Amino acid sequence: MNNKLYGNLIFELSQEGRRGYSLPKNRFGKNYEIPTGMRRKADAQLPECDEMTVVRHYTNLSANNFGVDNGFYPLGSCTMKYNPKINEEVAALPQFAGLHPLQPAATVKGAEAVCTLLCRSLCELTGLHAFTLKPFAGAHGELTGLMVIKKYHESRNDDARHLVIVPDSAHGTNPASAAVCGLEIIEVKSLSDGTVDVDALRDLVAQHGPEIAAMMMTNPNTLGLFERQIPTIEKMVHECGGLMYYDGANLNPMLGAARPGDMGFDVMHINLHKTFSTPHGGGGPGAGPVGVREGLEQFFPVVSPYHGNFAVAMRAYAYILSLGREHVKEVGPLATLNANYIKESLKDLYELPIDGLCKHEFVFDGLKDKSTGVTTMDVAKRLLDYGYHAPTIYFPLLFHESLMIEPTENESKETIDGFIAVMRQIAEEAKTNPDLVKSAPHHTPIGRVDDVLAAKHPVVTYKQLQNDTN
Amino acid sequence: MLSRVGVDTLDALYDEVPASIRFRGDYQLPEEMSELEVRQLFEQLGSQNKPLTCFAGAGVYDHYTPSVIPQLLSRSEFLTSYTPYQAEISQGTLHYIFEYQSMMAELTGMDISNASMYDGTTATAEAVMMAVAAGKKQNKVLVSETVDPKTLEVVKTYAHFQGIDIEMIPAKDGVTDLSALNTQLSTLSGVAGVLVQQPNYYGIVEDYEGFAEAIHAKKGLFIMNSVAADLAVLKTPGEWGADIAVGDGQSLGIPLQFGGPYVGYMCCTEKLIRKMPGRIVGKTLDNRGQRAFVLTLQAREQHIRRQKATSNICSNQSLMALFVTIYMSLMGKQGLKEAAELSYAGAHYLCEKLVATGHFTQVYDQPFFNEFVVRYDGDVEALQRRFVENGIFGGVKVAPDQLMFAVTEKRTKEEIDQLISLTL
Amino acid sequence: MAKVIEGLYYSESHEYVRVEGEYGYIGISDYAQHALGNVVYVDMPEVDDEIEAGEDFGAVESVKAASDLIAPVSGVVVEVNEALEDQPELLNQDSYENWIIKVELSDSTELDNLMDAQAYAEFCEK
Repeated sequence: MNNKLYGNLIFELSQEGRRGYSLPKNRFGKNYEIPTGMRRKADAQLPECDEMTVVRHYTNLSANNFGVDNGFYPLGSCTMKYNPKINEEVAALPQFAGLHPLQPAATVKGAEAVCTLLCRSLCELTGLHAFTLKPFAGAHGELTGLMVIKKYHESRNDDARHLVIVPDSAHGTNPASAAVCGLEIIEVKSLSDGTVDVDALRDLVAQHGPEIAAMMMTNPNTLGLFERQIPTIEKMVHECGGLMYYDGANLNPMLGAARPGDMGFDVMHINLHKTFSTPHGGGGPGAGPVGVREGLEQFFPVVSPYHGNFAVAMRAYAYILSLGREHVKEVGPLATLNANYIKESLKDLYELPIDGLCKHEFVFDGLKDKSTGVTTMDVAKRLLDYGYHAPTIYFPLLFHESLMIEPTENESKETIDGFIAVMRQIAEEAKTNPDLVKSAPHHTPIGRVDDVLAAKHPVVTYKQLQNDTN
Repeated sequence: MLSRVGVDTLDALYDEVPASIRFRGDYQLPEEMSELEVRQLFEQLGSQNKPLTCFAGAGVYDHYTPSVIPQLLSRSEFLTSYTPYQAEISQGTLHYIFEYQSMMAELTGMDISNASMYDGTTATAEAVMMAVAAGKKQNKVLVSETVDPKTLEVVKTYAHFQGIDIEMIPAKDGVTDLSALNTQLSTLSGVAGVLVQQPNYYGIVEDYEGFAEAIHAKKGLFIMNSVAADLAVLKTPGEWGADIAVGDGQSLGIPLQFGGPYVGYMCCTEKLIRKMPGRIVGKTLDNRGQRAFVLTLQAREQHIRRQKATSNICSNQSLMALFVTIYMSLMGKQGLKEAAELSYAGAHYLCEKLVATGHFTQVYDQPFFNEFVVRYDGDVEALQRRFVENGIFGGVKVAPDQLMFAVTEKRTKEEIDQLISLTL
Repeated sequence: MAKVIEGLYYSESHEYVRVEGEYGYIGISDYAQHALGNVVYVDMPEVDDEIEAGEDFGAVESVKAASDLIAPVSGVVVEVNEALEDQPELLNQDSYENWIIKVELSDSTELDNLMDAQAYAEFCEK
C-alpha cells in the first residue's frame, strides 16, 4: 500500500507531447481531410503519458485495492467466492473474443452452443424451463423478470395487477426494480424469527388479491434464514392469481439442497458473479440471467441487443463444468456449515437477534456489549487493520447495527478460525481500548472519509478538482 | 465443525426444508472436469466459431486493443475486488472511476459523468427515463428514425413499462428531418426529451444546428447518443447543446466478445447531477487531511431511495470503465484523434473503391464518418457468403439490396483491396 | 427529545406550516432533521409552482437518506429559501427558523387535517 508515493491522478502525471500509443501510418495514398465543420473546436483534454507511466500508475493504484485474491471477504449477500483463473483463460480465447455479435449464425456456432449449454445447466440447477442471458446484472435481471410477469398479466388482459409483495427485509433493488417496471411495492411484515409472517400475508392477499402481480422474495431470505413456509406462501399467491418471483442473490446455499422451481417460483434471476464465481471487477461487469417456468418464455422482453455479458456467461459455464455434478451439490452444504460455524463461535460476543440454524449467511446486531459506544461501523473499520474486508454493514434494515457475514464454501477452516480470532480480539478491544476501535482504520492508505463534504460539494471531475478550493 | 454447529451431518443443516421440495440425488450435469479438460472443451467449441476480418459496425466497432490493457485488467486487486463501499481499502477503484468520469466528461464536452452503466442501449433508456422524471408532467419523448433500431427496441421496452410515450421523428435523405421535428414540437405544449444519434445508424454525421434551441423552447432535454471513439474528432454533444450525452464506450478498444461486456456512459450538465442514475465518485478529505475519493450522492441510489430511486441500477461495469480509462490514458489526446482519423480515411478509401467497381452506389448523399451504406446491383446474400468464405465479415445488410460497411484503424490497405477483389 | 413549537400545524410526514395571514411558511420539523442527519442538499420548487396537499414538492437529502417533502397544504409558491442552496445544513441548525418555502394558501380548511403541537409531540413519541 503506497498511497503516499502514488496517490496521483493520471492527469497529474501528464506531460505535453508524451505518447503512449503506436498506430499504423495512413497508407491509403491520399489524405482524407475531415471537414472543419464536422470537427470539435478544441481537443478533449485527455492525458498525454508514456506507456511506462501509465503502467506504473495503474499497477500502483491496484495496490490500494483489496480483492478476494488478497484475503477473506465475508460480505453478506455478495457471495465473494474464489474466481477460478481457468475461467479467465477460456473467456479470452480469440475464437470467442474476436466474434462480432452480428456475424452470420454459421460462423458463431460454438458461441451459441456455450449460451445453450449454460442455459440448460441453469435450468437443471434451478428447476425452471428456460433462461435468457440478456440481462447485464442482478438488478437488470430483477427488472427483466418483473417485466415478464407484467407482460404475462397484460396478455391475459388483466390490467388490475399493479402490486408486488416484498418482505420488509428486502434488498433496495427490489422496490426500485418494481418502480422502473411501473409496479408498486406493498410490504409484508416479518415475524420475530425473521421469516415472512404468513398470517399478515394472508390478510394482504385477502385485501388486495386481484391487484397482486407477484410476490418477490429470496429464499433463504436476507437474514440467511430458510423460509420454511414457502409451500404455503406460493399457494396463497398463486391462488389469488399472482406469480412468484425468486431473487437469486441468495441461491448459493440452495445448490445441492433445493431448487426454486420446485419451491413453486415462476420467474427468477441469477447473479452469475455471486453463485457462479465470475469476478466482481470492482463493481461489474456481472450478469443476471432470468429463468422462467414453462409457458412464460414468450414474455422475455428485449432489455439488451445480444446475449448480455457473453464473456461473463462463458466464465460461469467453465465454473459449472469444473465443479461437475459431483461437487455442485456440495456448494450449499459447505457454505451453510461455514456460516453456522462462525455464528456459533461468535454469538457470545456479538448480538445474535435470531438464534438457530442459518443458511449461507447470518446477521449480528452489533456487539453484545455496547456500553463503550463502539458501533458496527467501528468494528468494520477495525477489521480492515487486520487485513480482512469488512462484512456487509447496516443491511438488512431490520436491525440498527446489522453486521451480515457470508463466508462462502471456498474458505478453509484455518481462514475462518483466523477471522473468528480477530473478531474476538476486536470485541475485546471494544471493552479495553474503545478509542482504538472508534478511530480505526489505522493501517490503511487513507483513514475514514468525510462523506458529508463529498455530498455537499460534489467534485466529480478533474476539471472541477482544479477549480475546487477545499 | 459439525459439533460446534450442533448437527451430526451436513444433511441435517437442511432439516427444515420441507421434504416435498428437498432436492435429492444428482443434477443432470456433466461429470467434473479437470482444468485441462475444461480448456479442451472450450477450444473444441471455439473451433466451431470463425472470427472474421471485421468490416461491419452497427454499434460495435473493431478497434485495436493495446497490449497493456489486458495485463493491467488481470491484476487481481482490480479483477476480484467488490464495489468500493469501504473507501479506505478501495482507493484504487475509486481513483480510476474518478479518472474515467473526468475523461468521459471531456470526450463528450459535458460537465459531469457517472461511473458508467451496463451498455449504450440501456444507458440511452435510462436517459429517456431521466428526462421524463426531470420533466415533471411531461411523458412524451421524440426519437429520430435514424437512431439504431437495436437501441430503439431497448428504449421502447423500458418506455412501455413506465408509460412513456415514444414518438418517432421522420428522417429525410438519411438524416433527422428538423422541419418535421419543429412541426411536431409546435403541436405539443411541452416535451420531456428528444433523442438523436451521432453519427447516426447509417454512419452519417448529422447537422444538429437548431435542435437544442427548438427542444429547450419546449422545456425538453436534448439527448444525444454518440459513438465514444468518434468524439475525439467530432463536434461533441456539449457543443451541440445536449443536456445528456449517452452511448457505448465499446469503441474505445474493447474487444468484440460476441456482444459483451461493453460499457455504457452517461454524461450531463451540472444542474442535472442529482437526477442522474448510477454510481458517482467524488473527491473528499480523510480524517488525516489527505485527498481521497468516495462513492457519493448515494441518496439517489436504490439502496437508499428504494422505490423512489432514479433507477434500479446497482452496479456499473467497473472493470470495463477501467479498460477504457487505461485506453484513453495510453492513447491520450493525440492518439485517440489519430485512430479516429485513420478510421475515417479507411472508410472513405473503401467507399471510393467500392463505387469505382461500378457495382455499388452510395445510398445517402451525406457526410459520413467511418461507416456508410451502399446499394449493390447484384445478389447481396451471395456476396456476403463469398466474403465469409474468404474470412471477411463484409458489412451488415440494412435493406434487401443495401450493405453497411465500417472501417477502423485496424483495417489495412491490403485487407480493403482484398475485399474489393471479391466484389468483381 | 425533538423540539416542537406551539402554534404551528404538523403533518404525519414531519412537515410543518407556520401561518401568517393568507400565507404559510413550510419546513421540516426538528424530529425530521434529526432523523436525516447532516443535510447535504435541499431540492426545492420554483416561485409560481403550484403545490398540492399530499403531493411531493421537493426533497431533502443527507448522506445516508433522502426524504421527499410532502406538501401539508395546497397553494402557490411565492418565495423559496435560497439560503438553503449554499447552506443546506441550516436545516440541522434550526429547522423552524429556516423554513423551506412560503406559499399563498389556496384552501385554509386543509389546516384542519393537520396536527397541533401537542398532538404532533404525542405522534412522535410512538
